[in-house]
Amino acid sequence: MENKQIDTVVAGDYKLGFEVDIETDTVEAGLDENTIAFISQKKEEPKWMLKLRLKAFERWKKMSEPHWAHLDYEPIDYQAISYFSAPKTAPSSLDEVDPKILEAYKKLGIPLDEQKQLQGIAVDAVFDSVSVKTTYSEELNKHGIIFCSISEAIREHPELIKKYMFSVVPMSDNYFAALNSAVFTDGTFVYIPKGVRCPMELSTYFRINALNTGQFERTLIVADEGSYVSYNEGCSAPTRDEHQLHAAVVELITMKDAEIKYSTIQNWYPGDATGKGGIYNFVTKRGLCQGENSKISWTQVETGSAITWKYPSCILKGDNSVGEFYSVAVTTLAQQADTGTKMIHLGKNTSSTIVSKGISAMKGQNTYRGLVKIASSAKGARNHSECDSLLIGSECGAHTFPYLESKDTQGQIEHEASTSKISDEQLFYLRQRGINEEDAVSMIVHGFCKEVFSQLPMEYAVEAKALLNLTLEGSVG
Amino acid sequence: MILDIKNLHAKIGDKEILKGLNLSLEKGKVHAIMGPNGAGKSTLSKAIVGHYDVEITAGDISYKGKSLLELSPEERALEGIFMSFQNPVEVPGVNNAYFLRTALNAKRIHDGKEELNAAQFLRLMREHLTALGMKPDMVSRSLNEGFSGGEKKRNEILQMLILEPDVIILDEIDSGLDIDALKAVSEGINQMKDEKRSFLVITHYSRILDYLKPDYIHVLKDGKILKTAGVDLVEKLESEGYDWIKDEL
Ligand SMILES: Nc1ncnc2c1ncn2[C@@H]1O[C@H](COP(=O)(O)OP(=O)(O)OP(=O)(O)O)[C@@H](O)[C@H]1O
Ligand SMILES: [Mg+2]
Repeated sequence: MENKQIDTVVAGDYKLGFEVDIETDTVEAGLDENTIAFISQKKEEPKWMLKLRLKAFERWKKMSEPHWAHLDYEPIDYQAISYFSAPKTAPSSLDEVDPKILEAYKKLGIPLDEQKQLQGIAVDAVFDSVSVKTTYSEELNKHGIIFCSISEAIREHPELIKKYMFSVVPMSDNYFAALNSAVFTDGTFVYIPKGVRCPMELSTYFRINALNTGQFERTLIVADEGSYVSYNEGCSAPTRDEHQLHAAVVELITMKDAEIKYSTIQNWYPGDATGKGGIYNFVTKRGLCQGENSKISWTQVETGSAITWKYPSCILKGDNSVGEFYSVAVTTLAQQADTGTKMIHLGKNTSSTIVSKGISAMKGQNTYRGLVKIASSAKGARNHSECDSLLIGSECGAHTFPYLESKDTQGQIEHEASTSKISDEQLFYLRQRGINEEDAVSMIVHGFCKEVFSQLPMEYAVEAKALLNLTLEGSVG
Repeated sequence: MILDIKNLHAKIGDKEILKGLNLSLEKGKVHAIMGPNGAGKSTLSKAIVGHYDVEITAGDISYKGKSLLELSPEERALEGIFMSFQNPVEVPGVNNAYFLRTALNAKRIHDGKEELNAAQFLRLMREHLTALGMKPDMVSRSLNEGFSGGEKKRNEILQMLILEPDVIILDEIDSGLDIDALKAVSEGINQMKDEKRSFLVITHYSRILDYLKPDYIHVLKDGKILKTAGVDLVEKLESEGYDWIKDEL
């Protein structure tokens, strides 16, 4: 009887579902060599890049869609998707960015005009298939930091791209990574030179706007010796009845003593309560701790998408390197998430931490899938994993698949897992003290996520908390 | 009469636990309820605060002249009804002070008073912590998480002191307390006594009653209040048990 009430609490409205009416350059649906050549030409890419794309396409055609995840969805028709859409007026300066797009970003809380830019946060704004604006680039340049769209990096920094792109996620790593490698449109490139501590938060905001268009983002971050960067990505999309595909690849590389802190707040349109509409989010994210004492930390708050398939991973190659994965995944309505991480220990004394919090409500299905692999070379490796699931109501589900492969018998691996129902008892306790049901649910859920939120940079922690409230709180009474 | 329970029938699941129970709480008085295990004492408290386990099938509970039965648990709380839980639940990650300030401010808003800011609240909370002999880290710990049995009970009393309710139901607040804790808790309760407040104290032992000096002792058995008497009854119950008490109707 209590559960019915909780359901009305958790059927939060999607607040970012607006659509911008602008003229776009959208390629016809369908995928073949010509589509890829078209994308490459639109991006004014050098020949070598087109060649790589076509090679990836050849491989992709021989692969088949993976179905091992605990996900149930309608088949994707790859020929029904448009692979490129850009606002018609290609902007070369901010003055030329369509005011409607600027307005859209403002609505999302990301003002792009010079006077109003976010303090201390540099933003790359990606709208459908193109980056429309990168703020603070010049200022970052002074420190030798490269922060630009990946399209620009391919043109301007080919030596870095050739060296690092596909080096962590090979183009035929998996079906979706291969597809992305062939058709990726935009995303962000970051290079932090030796010994530089990036003076501000870097971020990318991805927005899908056009109908029937896939977004294939590609991000590459290289942190050279002794450097540090904190990078954040956010995303949203209009409310639509059709599913849309988002297949991203993110590669991170840290050299000796370097650190990358990568945070994601994923808020793609989740679809409705019957499973109509919503983004299919198939993402390959992987970091390579190449150098000794380097560190890669993934923090993700996943509240959106109809389907999430995502395993941000760390390859701990350098001795003493550290990998971290902190995740909150919320599935409500008819959302499904199969997410987790892989920690591959290769170097000596490497250590990894996994903290995963899954929250399921209504008909949401939440799966944690994680692999901890300790190679024989990884003497003294340590892992600590904690996977907790919280169920709100009785129609949702939580599933945990932790895998462990260890060649090192001395390695220390601790795994804790728990599934708790948001207990009626906890809820009642708070209500008996005069706290209304909606606030009580929110308080319990926030308590559950606390460990992960504390990993986010402050501004984003605030956003994540607000987002969690929006996702889980509807209108009671 | 602040709380009036008339002919209350209540079920948990399919089982009828309360079978026509009558009880009135007088303003400014301390009522104690004693009775055998499983008699329905906790069920009665849960019925008063609107717990989801309990289904009321007949009868009424009125508070300050109005029926409580249609009110949600939070509305009953805001109106001034407080229950200390026999087994307070742990709520991981929810800060004890944050929780209690949220509860207090909800009540203050309900009463048309201004909310307390964090600093004002902390001052208030710290005063009570000291008085109850509780550790200062109760401010930063998660609600009941990892608290010892006695700490949980003291934390219930802390909440009572801060929320200043009008009807206070204490379900075995004394069980599991050491001698010092029992004294601190009893002093906390005594400090709350005044002419417009009533207490319903559920206990199995006379120890706490020695401190609280109840005005009435009620015996709950077979789903009803079978006997109401003065404090002298406790001694007899302690020596003879409940067998001799029979439904006289
Ligand atoms: N959630 C429940 N499900 C099933 N039966 C229950 C539940 N809660 C209470 N009961 C039953 O209701 C009866 C009354 O229980 P209650 O907790 O009110 O007793 P009590 O008088 O408080 O006992 P004690 O002195 O041991 O605390 C018992 O038989 C108990 O087993
Ligand atoms: Mg009891």
